[in-house]
Amino acid sequence: MTATLPALGYADLGWLMDLQLGDDKHAASATSTLDVIWVLYDRILRIDPRRIDDPDRDRFLLSKGHGPMAYYAVLAAKGFIDIAALRTFGLYESPLGHHPDRNLVPGIEISSGSLGHGLGIGVGMALGLRARRSPARVFCLVGDAELEEGSNHEAIAFAGRAGLDRLACVVVDNRSSSLGWPGGIASRFAIESWSTATVDGRDHDGLEAALATRHEDRPHAVIAVVEPKA
Amino acid sequence: MTSVTNGPMRRHPDRVINVGIREQLMLGVAGGLALAGLRPIVHSYAPFVVERPFEMLKLDIGHQDAGAILASVGASYDSAASGRTHEAPEDVALVASLPGWSVYVPGHPDEAEQLLRASATTDERAYLRLAEQANAVPRSVERGHMIIERRGRVATVITVGPLLDPVLEATADLDVTVLYATTARPFDRDALRAARSPRVVLVEPYLAGTSSSEIAEALVDTPHRLLALGVPNVEHRRYGTWRDHNAVHGLDAAGIRARILPFLDAA
Repeated sequence: MTATLPALGYADLGWLMDLQLGDDKHAASATSTLDVIWVLYDRILRIDPRRIDDPDRDRFLLSKGHGPMAYYAVLAAKGFIDIAALRTFGLYESPLGHHPDRNLVPGIEISSGSLGHGLGIGVGMALGLRARRSPARVFCLVGDAELEEGSNHEAIAFAGRAGLDRLACVVVDNRSSSLGWPGGIASRFAIESWSTATVDGRDHDGLEAALATRHEDRPHAVIAVVEPKA
Repeated sequence: MTSVTNGPMRRHPDRVINVGIREQLMLGVAGGLALAGLRPIVHSYAPFVVERPFEMLKLDIGHQDAGAILASVGASYDSAASGRTHEAPEDVALVASLPGWSVYVPGHPDEAEQLLRASATTDERAYLRLAEQANAVPRSVERGHMIIERRGRVATVITVGPLLDPVLEATADLDVTVLYATTARPFDRDALRAARSPRVVLVEPYLAGTSSSEIAEALVDTPHRLLALGVPNVEHRRYGTWRDHNAVHGLDAAGIRARILPFLDAA
C-alpha cells in the first residue's frame, strides 16, 4: 500500500500491464476483463487502499483468476499495490502470481484460479454482510466459459431464492465457452429471479450504469459482452 | 436435518442457512461467511461434507486462510445399509492431507459438545467427526491432547474416539499402555513419545493407517514396530449395520484382541 495514491488513469493501464508481461504495446482490449475491472475500481466500489480492512468496504472477487494482469494493473493504478511489484510478476518471491493470492496481496479479497469458486464464496460473503447489517456490496467477476462449472449454478439458484441484493455477478462474455449458452447468459440468471443487464463490455458509461443498479430484493447480473476470444 | 433446523432458522434467519442439496455451494458459502467475519459451522453426511466438495475445502476455506468447522455424521459405515455411496472411511485421511486442519473424533456425545464448544471459540479450520458408536462413559477431553487410560510395559495401544471401549475390553488383561485420542490432528506426538514403548498398536475407526505416518515421525529416532488397525481400503459391497462391519473388519473387542496378541508375542 502506498502512502500517497498514484494519480493514474485508464490510459496508464497499458504500460502497467507491459511491466508484468515484459513486452510492450499491450492494447487495453487485449484483456477481456480490463474495462469491467477499471470501471468497478474507478466508479463503483466504495473502497480505499488506506482502509483495506474496513468491514463495510465493497468487495470485488475475481473468480476467473486466470490472466490477472489487468487486475494487477488496476490495483497498481489505484494504489493497492506498488507499481514496482508488477515487474516481479510470476517470480518466486513475487506477491503477484499468475493466479492471485489474498494472503500475499492486501486488498485482494479472494485467492482464485480454479474456475467456479468465486460466486459461491460471494454468496457466503453477501450472507455474512447481511447478517451483520453491513451495507457493503459484493461484485464477483466470472467468465462465460467459467460458467460451465456446475458450482456456479448452485450459487445462481440459491442467491436468487435468498434475495441477496448485496450480490452482483459480472459475466465477461468473450464467447469462449465450449458449448455456448443457448437462450443467452442473462436468461440463466433471470429464471432464478436475478435482475439482469447485458451491456457492451468496453463502454464505460454503459458498464457504470449497469453495475450501479441495485434492486432491494434480488441479486444483479451484468453480462459484459466483449470481442470473441481469438 | 430440515426438521431439526426449522426452529433455529425461524429464530435466526440470517445465521441458520439451508442451501439445499448443493455441497459445493455449502463450502463456498462457509468460506465467504468466514471472510465476512462470521464463524461458520457446516453440517452434512461425511461423504457430502468432505469428499464431494473436496476442492472447496482446499481452496474456499484453506487457501483463503479462512476458518470453519465441518461437522459430519455418518462416520465410516454408520449408514452401512445405504451402501458405499453413504460411507466415507477415507474422510480423516483426506482432511488430514490438507494443511492446517484440526480433526476431532469424539467417542461420546458429551465429548462432541466439549470439542465443538472449544473449537467454536477459535477461528481454526476443524473437522468434527460424529459417529453412532459411542463409549459408555464420556471423558473430559481437551483439544490436541490424548488421555492416558492405562499404563503398562509391553506395548502402547493408541485408540481413537468410539473404539476406546472395544480396545479397553480387548486389552483388559494385557500389560499395555492405552492412550485415548479424540484429536486425530494435530496428532499428540508428545504423548506417544512419553509412553516410551517400542511396540505401538494404532486402532482407528476410519481408514487403516491414517495416522501411521504421524507415529513414524513421532518415533523417528526410536526403533519401534507398528500394528495399524482400522477400516481396510476395499470395496466391501455389503450392507447391514456398523456392528456387522466392525466385526468383519476386526474392529470389535474380539477382533482387536485377536490381532494384538500375535503382535505382542512376536520378537
